[in-house]
Amino acid sequence: MNRKQVLGPEDVRRAVTRMAHEIIERNRGLDGVVILGMQRGGVWLAEALAGEVSRIERAVPAGSIDASLHRDDIAIRPVTPAAVSDVPVDLDDACVVLVDDVLFTGRTVKAALDAVGDYGRPRAVQLAVLVDRGHRELPIRPDFVGKNLPTSLAESVEVSVEGVVIVEATAGADV
Amino acid sequence: MSERRHFRSIAEVGVDSVRRLLDLTDHMAEVSRRPNPKVPALRGRTVCNLFFEDSTRTRMSFDTAAKRLSADTMTLAVGSSSVNKGESLRDTVETLSAMGVDAFVVRHRTAGVPWQISGWTDAVVVNAGDGWHAHPTQALLDAYTIMNRRGTKNFEGLSVAIVGDIRHSRVARSVTEILTMLGATVTHVAPRTLLPPMNPTPSTHALDDLIGSVDVLYMLRIQTERMGTGLVPGGSEYTDRFALTPSRARRLRPDSLVMHPGPMNRGVEITVDPSELPQSVITAQVTNGIAARMAVLFDLLGSTAGLEEG
Amino acid sequence: MTLDRLLLTGGTVVDGGGERRLDVRIADGVIVEIGVALDADPALERVLDAQGCIVGPGFVDLHTHLREPGMTEAETIATGSAAAALGGYTAVVAMPNTDPTQDCVEVVEFVRNRGREVGLCDVRPSGSITIGRAGVQLTPFSELAAVGVHLFTDDGSGVQDAGLMRRALEYAGELGLLLAQHCEVAAMTHGAVMHEGDCCSHLGLPGWPALAEELMVHRDIELCRLTGSPVHLLHLSTARSVELVRAAKADGLPVTAEATPHHISLTDEALRAFDARFKVNPPLRTMADVEAVRRGLLDGAIDAVATDHAPHPAHAKERPLDEAPPGMLGLETALGVTRKVLDTNWQKLFELLSTGPARIAGLADAHGRPVEVGEPANLVVIDPDVDWEVDPGGLASLSNNTPYIGMGLRSRVRHTIFHGRAVVIDREVNR
Repeated sequence: MNRKQVLGPEDVRRAVTRMAHEIIERNRGLDGVVILGMQRGGVWLAEALAGEVSRIERAVPAGSIDASLHRDDIAIRPVTPAAVSDVPVDLDDACVVLVDDVLFTGRTVKAALDAVGDYGRPRAVQLAVLVDRGHRELPIRPDFVGKNLPTSLAESVEVSVEGVVIVEATAGADV
Repeated sequence: MSERRHFRSIAEVGVDSVRRLLDLTDHMAEVSRRPNPKVPALRGRTVCNLFFEDSTRTRMSFDTAAKRLSADTMTLAVGSSSVNKGESLRDTVETLSAMGVDAFVVRHRTAGVPWQISGWTDAVVVNAGDGWHAHPTQALLDAYTIMNRRGTKNFEGLSVAIVGDIRHSRVARSVTEILTMLGATVTHVAPRTLLPPMNPTPSTHALDDLIGSVDVLYMLRIQTERMGTGLVPGGSEYTDRFALTPSRARRLRPDSLVMHPGPMNRGVEITVDPSELPQSVITAQVTNGIAARMAVLFDLLGSTAGLEEG
Repeated sequence: MTLDRLLLTGGTVVDGGGERRLDVRIADGVIVEIGVALDADPALERVLDAQGCIVGPGFVDLHTHLREPGMTEAETIATGSAAAALGGYTAVVAMPNTDPTQDCVEVVEFVRNRGREVGLCDVRPSGSITIGRAGVQLTPFSELAAVGVHLFTDDGSGVQDAGLMRRALEYAGELGLLLAQHCEVAAMTHGAVMHEGDCCSHLGLPGWPALAEELMVHRDIELCRLTGSPVHLLHLSTARSVELVRAAKADGLPVTAEATPHHISLTDEALRAFDARFKVNPPLRTMADVEAVRRGLLDGAIDAVATDHAPHPAHAKERPLDEAPPGMLGLETALGVTRKVLDTNWQKLFELLSTGPARIAGLADAHGRPVEVGEPANLVVIDPDVDWEVDPGGLASLSNNTPYIGMGLRSRVRHTIFHGRAVVIDREVNR
């Protein structure tokens, strides 16, 4: 197994700050903005983004959403909900910023979009990801990207506050 | 067929799965609180409620659970007698299986029927109550209700008194099994005639000795048909000895929980109004029942799709 | 009846006289010659290989439900006789709980005659103690005795009324007849599905307490003491029942008793799988009971192994446990089970499976006899050291409700000779 560090902790911190600025810029006044991290990998990132946004501008509600019950691969592979969703406000007319660590096929995002719909009818949904590794299988694109990272299907991407690592393995795709 | 996973008794499921299902129930309880309390998890799956004994509440709870997971549902509610007339139990199950059933939710007045049915179908079987034997989804929802109310997954040291007709109660058997498995201390409170012939659980007939100390007081429904038979004298004797009366309710600790699986015989096993009893979690039990049944159905049909655990 | 001339070669003969390596020649229904290495005459006689086998008196079953007339979906006299022959039985006592009941000459003669037509074993109908087994009115004992009935029982249920049982014993006793009791106090077993104990408490199934059997065992022993008439106690299943019978025998009372293969090999734990094949009456008990019944068979407290062969069609056993009828097959597996679980010699096994029950059934003139010249040729030839498993699809019985699927059995019947005719040759019925 071959591991290649592509971003360090400092790079991650800078990317989060930049994305927070972009979110503020795109949503002038931050009216109705809710930041929701996608279980599991997006939760810490959503918290970091919400922290930055509140440091720079003002506090916005943040929470998490588990989309496992909306996945389209239930019954194809074991699916176990990660943690109970925490959606702190009514999403009717909100502007939801969905946050995930890695954008890959887009299927998790699609499931999360469906899940968001169960909490109300947002005015808009935007997508923030730290890494976009390509290989989309659905017509989904991110609004805020920390780093575009071309990868092969044989690789997987590990993301944490400590940085981003590409792992070359023969294991199944990291969806 | 036999390697398939089922949900037929707490003992068969085991403590690790029980803990996993309690977490999953928490998840499903959140789903149930959403403005749209419905997820597509079991789209395309068919759940058949096979109720050979009348139980509107349990049937509706299962039906709602399946629908909140987007499963299709069919319901066959038959008195056992009408099946007796022509078609055998096996024929009924085989016919319904041929219509494409993924899960049978089975209620029968006789212990063991869910096991018999598992031998005749490829579908998974969920026990919705078999005779005096088991009612494992009730046990799961009760354990979840206790966990949720107390705010801890730790059951060690929890003292529980189950009061009433233990002998004829599938609820008592399954609740005792799950709470004991999780570390609680269960005591059965009943006259000797309403205890199983060989009862491994500690028991007493003196409710007043422990009512002031228990963490959970679990009242069972007593069939009024049993009163005035060889089991229990008639009149108010049962109520005097074993009911939750206003004077007993005053002796309950403020932080204890009062539970009942429903439907209640007001004036028989409970003579206080539970809605005026702060310790009562009886309505929460009903609400949590849907989440617990969603957890069971999703666990069997969704999370691993009935695949072998490995 | 066409009678074969047969020569059994190379076997070890076992009877009351011990074990001897001898060939046995049979002609016209009787044993005509016994000796070492007899010369065979293949032109005149059929030679049956008994090399390595045990040769002894054919088995006698005190307790067979043949289901005909009335319940021929479960078994017929033809299929039941074939099962008996394959199990090494040369005589079976047919239980009276047929439909109509064997409580009158017509029904009894029908069963007996049908058994003769089939001709695979001696089918001896029993009679009921009360008309329709209803526990009210005595059966015409003398009329039935005149057509050959010796054993009377209301099996399937016990005679609940102690006063009526006393009168029945007084009346039948002076005719030299034997009353056999299914010991069950019905008031204690209402709705019961299995043994009352730990297992039934856990499974939430209504229990059948051991005491319900023991009370009636005790009652009938005392009625035997009172009347002096002999009593046979059917399918004893509890440790205390065995003790009571042992004590009665020590008192010199004319009490005999039987036990089934399933009560010495299976326990109530079998019901944990909720399989109605393990529902039987009296129910499977605890290991302590199983061991006590085995000891009773070995020390003579219990006189006979009896099958309580109770066929039921598959659909009947596929009902909920409270609705499924009690009973299990026994004829084809009795030897294999008994030999597997009873630690004893062949002489004792023949005492329990042949000589003892023949005496009790009043058949000792033709069955359970010594293997000697001049004796009727009712014999069984057994492969003693064969280990085998029952194939429920391969049974001669019309039903397949055997509880022994997957259980290793030991010893198997190779040939059965009934009235000098080889009715089973190499484990196949020879019609």
